Amino acid sequence: MRIVKGLPLVLPKNVDTDQILTAEYMKINPSTQSGREQLGRLAFCGLVQGNGGIIDLETGKSNYSVILAGENFGCGSSREHAPVALGAAGFKVVVSPSFARIFYRNCISTGELLPLEAPELDISEVTKNEDVTIDLEKMELYLSSAQKTLKLNPLGDVAGVVAAGGLFAFARQQGRI
Amino acid sequence: MKPMTITEKILATKAGKDFVQAGETHWCKIDRIFTHDPCSPGVIGIFNKEFGEDAPIFSKQNYIMIPDHFVYTTDDLANGNLVLMREFAKRKGVEHFYDVGTPDYKGVCHVAMVEGGHVRPNELMLGTDSHTVTAGAFGCFAIGVGNTDAAYALGTGEILLKVPQSIKVQIEGKMPDAVSAKDLILFLLGQLGVNGATYKTLEFCGSTLEAMGAEERMTLCNMATEAGAKSGIIAPNQASTDYLRALGLEPEEGLQADEGANYIQTIKIEASKMVPIVAKPNSPDHSARVTEVSGTKVNQVYLGSCTGGKLEDFRAFAAQVAGRKVQVPTFAVPATQSVFNDLIKEKIAGVSLYEILQAAGVLIAPNAGCAACCGGPKGTFGRVDTALTVVSTTNRNFPGRMGNKEARVFLTSAQTAAATALMGVITDPRNLN
Repeated sequence: MRIVKGLPLVLPKNVDTDQILTAEYMKINPSTQSGREQLGRLAFCGLVQGNGGIIDLETGKSNYSVILAGENFGCGSSREHAPVALGAAGFKVVVSPSFARIFYRNCISTGELLPLEAPELDISEVTKNEDVTIDLEKMELYLSSAQKTLKLNPLGDVAGVVAAGGLFAFARQQGRI
Repeated sequence: MKPMTITEKILATKAGKDFVQAGETHWCKIDRIFTHDPCSPGVIGIFNKEFGEDAPIFSKQNYIMIPDHFVYTTDDLANGNLVLMREFAKRKGVEHFYDVGTPDYKGVCHVAMVEGGHVRPNELMLGTDSHTVTAGAFGCFAIGVGNTDAAYALGTGEILLKVPQSIKVQIEGKMPDAVSAKDLILFLLGQLGVNGATYKTLEFCGSTLEAMGAEERMTLCNMATEAGAKSGIIAPNQASTDYLRALGLEPEEGLQADEGANYIQTIKIEASKMVPIVAKPNSPDHSARVTEVSGTKVNQVYLGSCTGGKLEDFRAFAAQVAGRKVQVPTFAVPATQSVFNDLIKEKIAGVSLYEILQAAGVLIAPNAGCAACCGGPKGTFGRVDTALTVVSTTNRNFPGRMGNKEARVFLTSAQTAAATALMGVITDPRNLN
């Protein structure tokens, strides 16, 4: 995966894990296949407007593969159900100026979706109906409508975990388990 | 050697090094880990898949299993999760499993961990819940993690950690009456914002903290996560040490930050000038003085959770409502069974706290637990099912957190919640006649 291109789901700042997956659905076991599928259908069910239009309820998949969000995406609870729901729904990448710590870590450790920091991302500049392009080699985000190329922060210490596909794969590569 | 913060000192020990500094990433040895009911099934599933069903856990004594979120419910999925926990606990010989419906049942994990003697100074503790940071009140470096990190730690006793930078929060002076740690942390959240401490540790210090009781210190650390902090931590004081001793522990001396340790930011708060604070809907950092919103009509008051359902919170609430009647439906959920028992034992002027609350018209939950703090399944005690205006002593007021997405939740101290319950409108406890 070098280039990710697609329609972005555009969300405001401070989208918390209750909005990604409401607490009552934490009773669903994310480590089973049926649990994963249920969680995928429920992705973003806690948004005030609900997840209609985001998730196709017939397939349980998202109409989008990319999320562009305002700062502090994924704040609140530590529930891993949240990134699992997003991954199960088919989201590949989430870009935000900043992430809440545990959500970011859960994305990396599970390998469910790739969290990318774009400090200069201003979601008010994003046109909703136009594809955005993310180049993972150059670490750039291209917004065609605004004709802007934004820098993505390097992955730093977690690059190895991302490349391996998650924490367990990384630990095996390192010979720790 | 270069000076270190409390966090750097603890993580250096756990990484097996003499010195670490913020920004470095290390594999660290954990002392303890807990999982609660909504996350145990996921952790168990990943553990079985990655290590195998017969693999041993890192420690039978130091893995603690705590049902607390969706308990005493008729919900099949929630009850199925408890069955999974029971099976795993039995198969692995887990020594501390506080199962529902048994005399071992405790309640909310963060308070249960302390009561069970599992929180100790200078240790590294993990929990599958963001409010795991509560244990920082006893000088423990405690962080919330997801299922995958928890499963890895459960199998190996290790976690890959980035050493966080620390923000020093220095609080000096005597706290006025009717002002509590909850007001302090809500005030601080207003200063920092919900991401003001992301990836960082909030290290609290100062004369106010030295004089503060253990449960109030827990409240302060508990909501560090609401500023995005990785952890909140306070060097132990006499009160926190005595609290652990009363539980039968002989805690080692807590590590202190070195003179000249590196802080990315220092925030100073003068406690004597503090006033009751509220977090307005829909974010814990929407801080205002209670006087700015006083008179707002409320439909429900809720006392409970790891933040606001401890004995200290019940004491403060009972002292306000003694001999009076609440004007709006008021729900009270003790954090743990031990808090519940203490409500019956502890008395004000010869009357138990339990009786005081009952006489005031407060509805007391039959069982301890998280209850409506995070909504819970339909039928959960105190759940906000319609678009009500609520005053709550819990920790989060995001849309839908307590049930209904249109509900407006104001977060306050137990004192302010009590004053509000008595008047039916948001009320500064200092103005209660």
